[in-house]
Amino acid sequence: MTDKTNTNTNDNLLLDIRDLTIQYVTDSGTVHAVENLNLRLGRGETLGFVGETGAGKTTTALGIMRLIPSPPGVVRSGKIIFEGEDLLEKSEAEMRAVRGGKIAMIFQDPMTSLNPVMTVDKQIAEMIKLHKNVGEAESLKLAGDMLELVGIQRERMRDYPHQFSGGMKQRVVIAIALACDPGLLIADEPTTALDVTIQAQVLELMKELKRQFDASMLLITHDLGIVADICDKVAIMYAGRVVEYADKRALYTSPLHPYTIGLFNSVPDLDEDKEALNTIPGLMPDPMDLPSGCAFHPRCTHATEECSKSKPPMVEAGPGHFVSCPVRAGLKAQGGE
Amino acid sequence: MIRYILRRILFLIPVLIGVAFCVFTLLYLTPGDPARMILGDMATENAIKEFRAKEGLDKPFLLQFGNYIYKAITQGDIGRSYITKRPVMNEIMATFPATLKLAAFAIVIAVVVGLPCGILSAIKQYSVFDTLAMIFAMIGLSMPVFWLGLLLILLFSVHLRWLPPSGFDTFKAMILPSLALSAQSISMITRMTRSSMLEVVRADYIRTARSKGQKESVVIWVHALHNALIPVVTLCGLQFGHLLAGAILTESIFAVPGVGRLMVESIKMRDYPVVQGGVLFVAVAFSVVNLLVDLLYAYIDPRIKAQYR
Amino acid sequence: MSDYSAAAPAVTGRKSRRGLAEVLFRLRKSPLAMFGLIFILCLAFVAVFAGVLAPYPYQKQNLMHSYETPSRQFWLGTDEFGRDILSRLIYGARISLQVGFIAVGIALFVGGMLGAVAGYYGGWIDNGIMRLMDVLLSVPQTLLAIAIAASLGPGLFNLMIAVGIAAVPNYARIVRGSVLSIREMEFIEAARAVGSSDLRIILKHILPNSMAPIIVQSTLGVASAILNAAGLSFIGLGIQPPYPEWGAMLSGGRQYIRDYAHLTLYPGLAIMLTILALNFLGDGLRDALDPKLKR
Repeated sequence: MTDKTNTNTNDNLLLDIRDLTIQYVTDSGTVHAVENLNLRLGRGETLGFVGETGAGKTTTALGIMRLIPSPPGVVRSGKIIFEGEDLLEKSEAEMRAVRGGKIAMIFQDPMTSLNPVMTVDKQIAEMIKLHKNVGEAESLKLAGDMLELVGIQRERMRDYPHQFSGGMKQRVVIAIALACDPGLLIADEPTTALDVTIQAQVLELMKELKRQFDASMLLITHDLGIVADICDKVAIMYAGRVVEYADKRALYTSPLHPYTIGLFNSVPDLDEDKEALNTIPGLMPDPMDLPSGCAFHPRCTHATEECSKSKPPMVEAGPGHFVSCPVRAGLKAQGGE
Repeated sequence: MIRYILRRILFLIPVLIGVAFCVFTLLYLTPGDPARMILGDMATENAIKEFRAKEGLDKPFLLQFGNYIYKAITQGDIGRSYITKRPVMNEIMATFPATLKLAAFAIVIAVVVGLPCGILSAIKQYSVFDTLAMIFAMIGLSMPVFWLGLLLILLFSVHLRWLPPSGFDTFKAMILPSLALSAQSISMITRMTRSSMLEVVRADYIRTARSKGQKESVVIWVHALHNALIPVVTLCGLQFGHLLAGAILTESIFAVPGVGRLMVESIKMRDYPVVQGGVLFVAVAFSVVNLLVDLLYAYIDPRIKAQYR
Repeated sequence: MSDYSAAAPAVTGRKSRRGLAEVLFRLRKSPLAMFGLIFILCLAFVAVFAGVLAPYPYQKQNLMHSYETPSRQFWLGTDEFGRDILSRLIYGARISLQVGFIAVGIALFVGGMLGAVAGYYGGWIDNGIMRLMDVLLSVPQTLLAIAIAASLGPGLFNLMIAVGIAAVPNYARIVRGSVLSIREMEFIEAARAVGSSDLRIILKHILPNSMAPIIVQSTLGVASAILNAAGLSFIGLGIQPPYPEWGAMLSGGRQYIRDYAHLTLYPGLAIMLTILALNFLGDGLRDALDPKLKR
């Protein structure tokens, strides 16, 4: 247990997001997509970033890449410290060197993530030429190598995206992302749009390549099964905030936040003979009109009066196990682990 | 690709026969006896009867149509002018080059002006330039070509005396008609380019390009533009067809000796074979242009190309 | 983008306005569309009450006052016969609006029927109808109108027919497209299951659900119908003098353009503003009816 917590010491820290707030300002109101978010990712780690659609996961990822569409997106406050430097302070030109070169992203829908009028080798080579000092011919050769690495025959490098299946396209996207050996890979629901049988293959490939390239990974998903499969740490996000952050083992064995518990309960379990799934009562709050205090309190069975008044701070309930629920954290403390 | 082209040409034939059928039916239904129109009021009953027999005008409708198609294809004969008595084909061939030139100039102006305006409008969405461009484009769309033509004459010929108000023989004379004719197409192309660009810029693959660390200029001018151009190319082809039709009005304003003016003169003289011949001819030209555009379309969009391989 | 789109249901949930009220609400946000709507309403008012509003009868000649430039007596001047241009424009609004709306009515009725039948039944019926539409579409619309008008001869009624028929393929295509997309939806299955007749399903369920694109196309269609009609009158097809059709007025005034430009300026301005208003309105309606298209 003790050496695990040590991964968060400064020299091993790759990404440290502090107090990040991102909003979308539209005519009909302000969307509070990400609110005072804190997140840490150590070198070589894989962090599962879990939450429902609309919780702010993709916005956080785009925020790290500084690709929030603006307007309407605005980064209100916070720091995104990557390799000791605040990305939000960087100029656009400096940021271009980071994108693709140091942080690469895999998007959700492979069907639309590739330029339909460009052959795939050129799309990979574009990445290589931007970050490595090589010529056209060399970059195309390296692009072919990357394709082979993700399991696509070199002969198909001159094909257009529409000639590939969804799973193959996602392999191409992975090839692009890894082409310049990035330190951090952000994968935004990389398998959601794929067939179930293909999902496993793509995940396996990502796991293998992540190890081979020695990269860290931020894996956005709403699938707790995937998290269990490949992540070291887990952050649970709800309504723009991280509500629980812990080691995978700790989180799966003793989840603390009522929302996390709700999530686990709503996963079908083959071992248990249950008639119905336990769902969390109520709906995700309107991101334009978040509840006061803890955003989860209207749906929470443990909520006290205090919960609707002040925003709960992150509390370290166990070593490296953070939860933003004073009620539950307190219970755990009293239970005396 | 060859097979695709051949197939497209084959598909063109029934469409053109359909157009010819409609045109022929319209001519058939038009009041007035062609024999009397050609021979004149002084002709004897006998002469008219003889002429009708010789030209097959006493045959049933469908047979006449078959004959019309047969003669059109084998001899390029689509009837005779009631007025000049010359074959309609000769009349059209004499005037078509001017029309083609006019439409070609207009489409070039439309692309050269409309494309950059549309791109700029999209990149600087909601800017002053964008707002002005969109309002001007809307005015351009709403401007009747015959009125715009008259305004141009009023300004550049009557007041400034820079350019001649009529004719089509010198480069100077071509400027005003081409400009008047291109206004609608400029507007259409500007609007289409803008909306196409705006749609493409939001696409996922644009985000992918940005996430590679690509420069914004390359993202826009290489990734976005190529994709955005696909619908614009189609529009340009359609516009070229409409320009051929729009030339009818433009030519009559600027006295350009083209097919359009020929048709308008013929309408006034009730010289229907020439009118219908003109319609048929422009329809054929329009279809051929559309075919060419489709081929170009396949060239710039690999998805289409693959479909027809 | 998933986070961003998540905002959408929240928005619709908050505003509970339905149907027309919602469309009007969104339309109000666009000043250009509102300008268009108000302009067309005013024009319709002027057209209906032309007899009361026009200072002079449109055909009243007064050779003592021919070619007069705008003055107190003749606000927009007079033409070569001394007729008051403003009065003629006011009566002209009646003709133009009539032609525009009736021609679109014809096109909508014929095209809508053809498109609905083609889309609903599919198979060879669809094939036959749409190939015919392809043939008509392979002739530019203006040219088709000219061809039909040339055969039918001049006159207000023939003009409407020519302009209307020329526009039929547009509506046939739109309606067919909507029908195809709606046909397979579950509520149509449900209607069929309870034994509704085909005609009833088309009229009661499918057409109302394909209204949005039809309304937009019709608004823009009235604009192009008026433009086409004015063009036809300009080249001598369509409305004949002395009726004060705007295109015919332009055509009549063009020979005097060197000395009396106001004869062509005002009729042209009337056409342009009317078309502009309809185009703004059509664009606004498109955005209002399909919020997904607008950001």
